[in-house]
Amino acid sequence: MMKGLKKWRLVTLLAALTIILSGCGEEYLSTLLPAGEVGQDQFNLLLLTTGIMILVMAVVFTIYFIALAKFRRKKLGDDHMPKDVEGSHKLEFIWTAIPILLVIIMAVPTVYYTYKLGDVSAMEATDDEGNAENLVVNVTAKLYWWEFEYPEHGIVTAQELVVPTGEKVYFNLIASDVKHSFWIPAVGGKLDTNVENVNKFYLTFDKESKDLEDGVFYGKCAELCGPSHALMDFKVKTLSPDEFDGWVAAMKDTEGATANPDSADAGEAAFANSCLYCHAVSGVGTSGASAPNLTTFGDRNRVAGFLEHDKQNTIDWIKDPQKYKPGNLMPAFGDLSEEDLDAIADYLLDLKVEE
Amino acid sequence: MTTVANSVGQKKGFGATLWDWLTTVDHKKIGILYLIGGGFFFVLGGIEAMLIRLQLLVPNNDFVSAGFYNELITMHGTTMIFLAAMPLLFGFMNAIVPLQIGARDVAFPFINSLGFWMFFFGGLFLNLSWFLDAAPDAGWTSYASLSIASTGHGIDFYAIGLQIAGAGTLMAGINFLVTIINMRAPGMTYMRMPLFTWTTFVASALILFAFPPLTIGIFFLTFDRMFGGNFFDHTMGGNTIIWEHIFWIFGHPEVYILILPAFGIFSEIFSVFARKRLFGYSAMVFATVLIGFLGFMVWAHHMFTVGLGPTANAIFAVATMAIAVPTGVKIFNWLLTIWGGNITMTTPMLYALGFIPSFVMGGVTGVQQGAAPLDYQLHDSYFIVAHFHYVIVGGVVLAILAATHYWWPKMFGTMLSEKLGKITFWFFFIGFHMTFFLQHFLGLMGMPRRVWTYMDGQGWNLFNLISTIGAVLMAIGTIVLLINIIVTTAKNVRVGNDPWEDGRTLEWAIPSPPPFYNFAQTPLVRGLDTYWIEKQEGHNGYTAAEPVTDIHMPNGSIIPFFMTLGIFIAGFGAMYRVDHSWGLPVLVFGLAFTFLTMAIRSVKDDLGFYVTKDQIRRMERGRD
Repeated sequence: MMKGLKKWRLVTLLAALTIILSGCGEEYLSTLLPAGEVGQDQFNLLLLTTGIMILVMAVVFTIYFIALAKFRRKKLGDDHMPKDVEGSHKLEFIWTAIPILLVIIMAVPTVYYTYKLGDVSAMEATDDEGNAENLVVNVTAKLYWWEFEYPEHGIVTAQELVVPTGEKVYFNLIASDVKHSFWIPAVGGKLDTNVENVNKFYLTFDKESKDLEDGVFYGKCAELCGPSHALMDFKVKTLSPDEFDGWVAAMKDTEGATANPDSADAGEAAFANSCLYCHAVSGVGTSGASAPNLTTFGDRNRVAGFLEHDKQNTIDWIKDPQKYKPGNLMPAFGDLSEEDLDAIADYLLDLKVEE
Repeated sequence: MTTVANSVGQKKGFGATLWDWLTTVDHKKIGILYLIGGGFFFVLGGIEAMLIRLQLLVPNNDFVSAGFYNELITMHGTTMIFLAAMPLLFGFMNAIVPLQIGARDVAFPFINSLGFWMFFFGGLFLNLSWFLDAAPDAGWTSYASLSIASTGHGIDFYAIGLQIAGAGTLMAGINFLVTIINMRAPGMTYMRMPLFTWTTFVASALILFAFPPLTIGIFFLTFDRMFGGNFFDHTMGGNTIIWEHIFWIFGHPEVYILILPAFGIFSEIFSVFARKRLFGYSAMVFATVLIGFLGFMVWAHHMFTVGLGPTANAIFAVATMAIAVPTGVKIFNWLLTIWGGNITMTTPMLYALGFIPSFVMGGVTGVQQGAAPLDYQLHDSYFIVAHFHYVIVGGVVLAILAATHYWWPKMFGTMLSEKLGKITFWFFFIGFHMTFFLQHFLGLMGMPRRVWTYMDGQGWNLFNLISTIGAVLMAIGTIVLLINIIVTTAKNVRVGNDPWEDGRTLEWAIPSPPPFYNFAQTPLVRGLDTYWIEKQEGHNGYTAAEPVTDIHMPNGSIIPFFMTLGIFIAGFGAMYRVDHSWGLPVLVFGLAFTFLTMAIRSVKDDLGFYVTKDQIRRMERGRD
C-alpha cells in the first residue's frame, strides 16, 4: 500500500524527521519509539502526515514571508494604492486541486490501516484440537486499577500485564464502573474501555521489557475517570514466548493458594484476617474481583500502579489509600498495629511467581 | 422606558445608567454587555488556566488537590468555550453586523436582550457552583458514565447553567439569521455582504442546528441526575455512548461556530490593512458555507477510540481530511490578499498576521488526527490539547483580541493604545507558542491529557516547565490589555468616523460610536466594500437610499431580565429538590414567574417610539 506513494521521495525528509523526533521521550513510554508493529504502523502514518504537512507549511510560510517583506507600507509609501484584484480562477483551481491530491495521498493509507488495525477476525480462531491459536487477554478497567484475565489459561492478574513477544495479542476491553481507556503508548494506540460493551483490538509486542530502565513498559488510562485518573497507571512486562509459558505455568501452580489465619507467619495471618476478603493470592481464576489480585505482588514494579515498590510505600498505602489515590475504593487500615502492617508488607513483598 | 432624550446621552445618575443598561435593547449596548460579560469570564477562565499550569509546573506537585484540579479543567474548558469565546464573538456580531448591513438594529431587539441575559445568568449559575457546592468535575465534555457517577451538585450546575446559557445562544443565533436575511439595506445583496457578516450568518445557521442536540443531551443528563431518568445508565438499558454522539454532534459544529466568525474578522482586517479588496471573495464565501456544511459530517472523529468499528472510523477520517481543502482555500486567499497590497502593521494586523502561521499549525495537526489509526495514539493525549489550543487560541482568541483593537474605536469612540496593544500581542503570541508547541511532543511522549499530576522520570518535566512559563507570558499580555483599556477609557480621546483611515465597510461611514439609530437615512449599497467605493469617488459618508424621515425605534424593556431571573431561580429549585423540600416550590415559583413575564410581554402592547425628522437633523448637525 505504501509503495504506491513514491515513498522514496519522502525518504530524506522522513529520515531527518526521525532523527529529530527520536530524540524525544523515554523508550518505555514514547509513541516516537514504537516497540511493536501496531505502534510502528501508527508511527509511519505520523511520519507521512508530518512530511506532507511540513510541505504545506513550507509553501504557506514562503508566500507569507515574501509578502510581508515586499508589500510593506514603510517601503511603498503612505499614498500607494495597490491594484484591486478580484481573484484568479487559475490560482484558486491550483490551491483547491493540490490539497485534494494531498488529502487522497493521506486518505489511502489511513483507510488501509484503519481496517488492518481493526481486524480482530483471528481472535476466536482455534486449531484442529480446539485450542485457541492466539493469546487473548480480557482487560477490565476499574476505579483506578486494571485486571488482566487470560481465559484460555484460567489465570488472572492485576496492575501488571504480562505478554509474550513476537505474536499478536488480542484484547477484550471493558470497564466495570466508569469509562476508562487502555493505552500502552510505546506499543500502540489506545482503545476505550466502555461500560456497556466489549471493545476488541490487538497489539504486537516486539521488544522484551527486561532491557528497559524499569524492566517494564508503561501503560496509562487515557480517559478522565475521576480524581485519580492521573495515577491509574499499569505496567507491561513482555517476555520471550518460552519465558511467558513459564510464567503461565507458575501462575497455574498457585491454584488453591490462600492465606491462613492460623499461620505461623504473622504477615500471612494478618493478611488473612484483614485483606483476603477482597484480595486473592492465587493466580487461578477469572476477572470480576473487587480488588487487585496480589499473587504477583512481589514481582511488581510499583505499589498501587505508581508508587515506588518498597516496604514503606506498601505500609503507607495500606494505612491510608485515599491519601495516595483519592477516590479509590479500598478502605483505610490505619487501625492495624505497626507490627501487623510491617508483617503484611513483608508477606506481600514475598508473593512472587517469578524467580 | 427609553425616550429620545435619554438615548441622546445626557448626564445621568448611577441609578438611571444602571436601569438603562438593564433594559437596553440597542444592539450596540448589548454588544458592549456581551463584551463585558465575556471579558469577565475570559479572565476567570484564564485564572483557572494559570492554576492548571502552576500545578503542572513540576512533577508530583500538590499545589491543588486531584479533585479540585478536575474542577479546574472542567470549568476552564466550559467557561472559555461557552462563556468567553462565544459571548465575546456575539459582542462583535451585535455591535458590528447591523452596521455592516446598514440596519438600525437586529430583527428582534427584545430577544437580543433576552439572549444576553440568558447567557449571563447561565454563566453566573454555573460559576456559583464554586461557592455553593463543588464545581463540575467531569470535563467540559461531561462524558456520561463519569458525569452520572460524580457526587455532589457539580454536574447539576453544569447541566442547568449550560441549559440556560445555551438557550440564550440559540436565540442569538436565530436573531442574527433573521437580521441578515431581512434587514439588509437596499443594494446589500448576499454577494456584497462583508465577510464578517457572512461568517456570522453561517455560524448562526450552525447554532440553529447544533444547539438543539446539546439542549436535548443536557436535558437527558438533567433527568438522569435529578429526576431518576436512566438515559445513560447501561444497567437500566441506557447507553453512555449516546451522550458522546449527542455531545459531539453539537460539539464539532461548535468549533466552527467559533472559528468562522474569527475567519470573518481576519478577512476584514487583512483587506483593510493591506488596502486591497479581499482576494477571491466568492471563493471565500463558498468555502465558509462548505466548512459549515462539512462541520456536521465529522463529529465521530472525536470518537475514533470509542470502538465504532473500522468502517465508521474510515468514513469519518476521510470526511475530516476533506475539511482541509476549503480551509486551505481560505488561507491562500488571505495570503493573496496581502500579496501586492500595502501592508501597515497596526495592532489588529499584527494579530491577523500572527494568526496565519498559528492557525496553519493547528490545522495541519487536525488533519493528522483525522487519520484515525494515528489518532489512536494522539487521542486524549497532550497532542490534542496542543491542537485545539492552536486552533482556538491561535484562531479564535487572536481574532477576538484583533477585533477588540479593530472595532474598539467604532464601539467606544476612543482608540486603544497601539503601543500597549503591540506589547500585549508579543507577550501573548510568544507565550502562546511557548505554552502549546511543546505540548504536541508531550502527547507523543505518552502524556495523557487531563492528568492532575505526573510522576518524575517520564521525560516530561522540561516541556511542562516551559509550557507554564509560556502561560505566564500570556497572562502578562492579558494584563497589559486590561491596563490599555483602562488608560484609554480614562484619557477619552475621541476619534472620527474612520479612524483607521482605510475602512472599507459601512460601519466606518458613520460616527464612532454611532448614534442610537445608527443611520440617519438608510444607506444605499453600491457594491462590495461600499464605503471604500464612496471614498474612491471622493464622498465622505454613504449614499442615502431615502430622504430623512421619522425613524421607528424599539423601547427598552426590563422584562428580559426578569424572564431570565425566573428561570435562574427555577434552576436552583430543580437542583435542590433532591435534598430539600423547598426545592419543588422554588422550581414551580421560578417557572411561574417566567411564564408571568411572558404573559405580560404578550398582553402589553409596546409599539416603540419615533425619532422625528427635526430631532435627527438636530443631532446630526450637533456632530458636525
